[in-house]
Amino acid sequence: MTAAISIEPASTDVSNTPVLEISNLAVGYRGGEGFQRVVHEVSLRVRPGEVVALVGESGSGKTTTAQAVIGLLAENGRLESGAVRLNGTDIAGWSPKRLDTIRGSKISLIPQDPTSSLNPVRTIGDQVAEVLQIHRQGSRKQIDARVIELLARVGLSEPELRARQYPHELSGGMRQRVLIAIAIALRPALIIADEPTSALDVTVQKRILDLIDELRREYGTAVLLVTHDLGVAADRANHIVVLKGGRIQEQGPTADVLGSPRSEYTRKLLADAPSLGKVRSIHRTRSTRTGASDDAVVVENLVQDFSVGGRREIFRAVDDVSFTVQRGTTHAIVGESGSGKTTTARSIVGFQKPSSGRIRVDGIDVTNLRGEDLRRFRRTIQLVYQNPFASLDPRQTIFQIVEEPLLNFDPVPREDRAKKVHAILDRVGLPQSTLTRKPHALSGGQRQRVAIARALVLDPQVLVLDEAVSALDVTVQAQILALLDELQQALGLTYLFISHDLAVVRQISDTVSVLRDGRQVDGGRVEDVFRNPGSAYTRELISAIPGQRNASLRPFQ
Amino acid sequence: MTGLNAIGRSLLRDDADIVKSSSAGKRRISSGARWLKTLISIQPGLMLAWFVMAVVVLWALFPQWFTSYSPTVGVARQQLRAPSAEHWLGTDALGRDLLARIIHGAGNSLSGAFVAVGVGLVLGTTLGIVAGSARGRIDGAIMRGVDVLLSIPQLLLSLSIVILLGFGILNAAIAVGVTSIASFARLARSEVVRVRASDYVEAAFGSGGTFSRVLWRHILPNSLTSVIAFAALQLGWAILTISTLGFLGYGAPPPTPEWGLLIAEGRNYIARAWWLTTVPGLVVILTVLSANRISQSLGKNKA
Repeated sequence: MTAAISIEPASTDVSNTPVLEISNLAVGYRGGEGFQRVVHEVSLRVRPGEVVALVGESGSGKTTTAQAVIGLLAENGRLESGAVRLNGTDIAGWSPKRLDTIRGSKISLIPQDPTSSLNPVRTIGDQVAEVLQIHRQGSRKQIDARVIELLARVGLSEPELRARQYPHELSGGMRQRVLIAIAIALRPALIIADEPTSALDVTVQKRILDLIDELRREYGTAVLLVTHDLGVAADRANHIVVLKGGRIQEQGPTADVLGSPRSEYTRKLLADAPSLGKVRSIHRTRSTRTGASDDAVVVENLVQDFSVGGRREIFRAVDDVSFTVQRGTTHAIVGESGSGKTTTARSIVGFQKPSSGRIRVDGIDVTNLRGEDLRRFRRTIQLVYQNPFASLDPRQTIFQIVEEPLLNFDPVPREDRAKKVHAILDRVGLPQSTLTRKPHALSGGQRQRVAIARALVLDPQVLVLDEAVSALDVTVQAQILALLDELQQALGLTYLFISHDLAVVRQISDTVSVLRDGRQVDGGRVEDVFRNPGSAYTRELISAIPGQRNASLRPFQ
Repeated sequence: MTGLNAIGRSLLRDDADIVKSSSAGKRRISSGARWLKTLISIQPGLMLAWFVMAVVVLWALFPQWFTSYSPTVGVARQQLRAPSAEHWLGTDALGRDLLARIIHGAGNSLSGAFVAVGVGLVLGTTLGIVAGSARGRIDGAIMRGVDVLLSIPQLLLSLSIVILLGFGILNAAIAVGVTSIASFARLARSEVVRVRASDYVEAAFGSGGTFSRVLWRHILPNSLTSVIAFAALQLGWAILTISTLGFLGYGAPPPTPEWGLLIAEGRNYIARAWWLTTVPGLVVILTVLSANRISQSLGKNKA
């Protein structure tokens, strides 16, 4: 079947017919509770060459909206009403077979997760060629040449070699480039980018977004950018649509939405987004207290080696890292994936023995602890994990989870334990009614509060937060950060904050160490590091924080 | 017996689910589609499986409720009668009622299967847990032993064990149980290794938990679900294997009713009295299929 409509190949002419016009779209899912509508009355337009950002938190319906456009809803999803007009033609009721004629050629998709979106048993070249073959773009030879051209165009070095490689041989950023090559192969009029960089490091994210921008200008393609990150939207979009609970809260030109937000929710999002909101005054109040030279954590020349591939080869994950953290302050360890920041944290908590170097926590030398002493030491330092879905035992109730650490040390009478659990739950802002529930009945933010409560129930001196807010939505993230700050003020806690997100680090830390490939490339007070980065890498990291381009538009500064 | 307990527990849970979903269906019957959905959610196949299992268990526990005939004493002149109103499934060469023999045989076959699964479950899971939590050399030693056990054909292994222990239904059951130790050990070990790597186990150690506490509180409860589902699957397999041993003459001695033995005895009369082999065979098949279906649903509940 040939497409019954003629969709103009994307051109640079800025006509006023929108490439995509969604009007009154309603989408729902069938589930255990019957049919549930998750997208209500969504209307938006994307004009040629324009970037429209669909912004919202998890569950806001942004991905569902994008999937409905391209006809890729999950099996139990249904487009209930409304129109999806592609260059004026309503494609909302089209069969999957009919949609196939325009998928890839008129609309294409850049998926979120580059690791699971490529077929692991086929070469990169084959997978890029596939879209060309489906739409019959010339002979085998022509296609091969075009594949190499595309791979080169998306900035992959040695495209001939890449075409012969398999996905596992490429890094995350490279795979995302391959997916972009597939998306642009037929010069579609519209590209839907569903969180294209959420799984990537910030410097890689910046390069990928730059690439999408560049290709958009070159081809005149319109982009529907789905993202949870208001900073990314602020930098890249002409037009922002804010979604919450499946309804549009606000839409308009980027400058207007950021400069004078009309809805309460947008204002809240703007205030909570670490990269956009004002630099908090949280740590300003603190500097007065940190007069005493009292170090809670001292790390000296920490080295951590791992043996890989038998016992011969040695991989040095952490290479000569040193820093000290004053009591009652927050020290951040910043780096991209593979920089050794989590390894450093695990050594400090005592989960692994360092290859060399010294670590002292609250005056105790961690490196020499074993057995019962190590177990006793755990009262002083606690770790909060990144993923609150994995760090709580699904079979325990919240009460059992929070109570458990108390059972591990000197016996505490039952009533005292219960009292302590109730108190700590109040402390982290959870209602007492959650005590009898199990983790699966709580939201991500609530679970992270439970994890913090479990960590605090032993009255530790030091809390290590390993990407503890990275998995959370911005508003929840802001709440948890506020909670952490409040707890620090009240209990005099020392935080070791592991993060890849410099914007968050800037908000809550006093001092920072920047790691790259296991080496410490920069360090010192947060303001100093941000003002005078000590290395090119730090500068690159800082400039990669999204949301800086249109900084002048921000209402809070 | 742990296996029996677990199955009883999951029986209750399954019933609760069914009650819940049917009452939910009653609350809002708005369309035919919802009715259909409710029906599908009850899963008639699974219901049938539970029904078959329940009947077999009742046979085993209270055979006198179902038949008044003796399973061992025959009536002269009533040999090889075809199924009739008097003898629903006919009689065998000694004039014994076949239905009575099947019903009384359920006890032997089922208790044999439970013993077999119990042996495998307890020994195998223990080995697996020790291997999975100790790691290192102990793990290596145990798992290589398990590999050796797996490399011997199961029937050959159980025959050898029966010959060592002597004939009899209990010994046959133990023999069958021993051959399943390896599979239980492997499964338990992989589950323990999976759970051990999870953040919540590390967090439990991190909050000062001793090894035995963490094992008891987190690792065991989270890794045993799959093991229990596998035990239900093994139950069907054990009934089949014990019947095989019985058929070959390594199980219960002749007057005792046992399903495998019934099939073997009937074999000689297959031309004149087809029901003597066919009906016990069908009963074995139905029971095994039911056990498999139930085990499948247990595995799904976990996910």
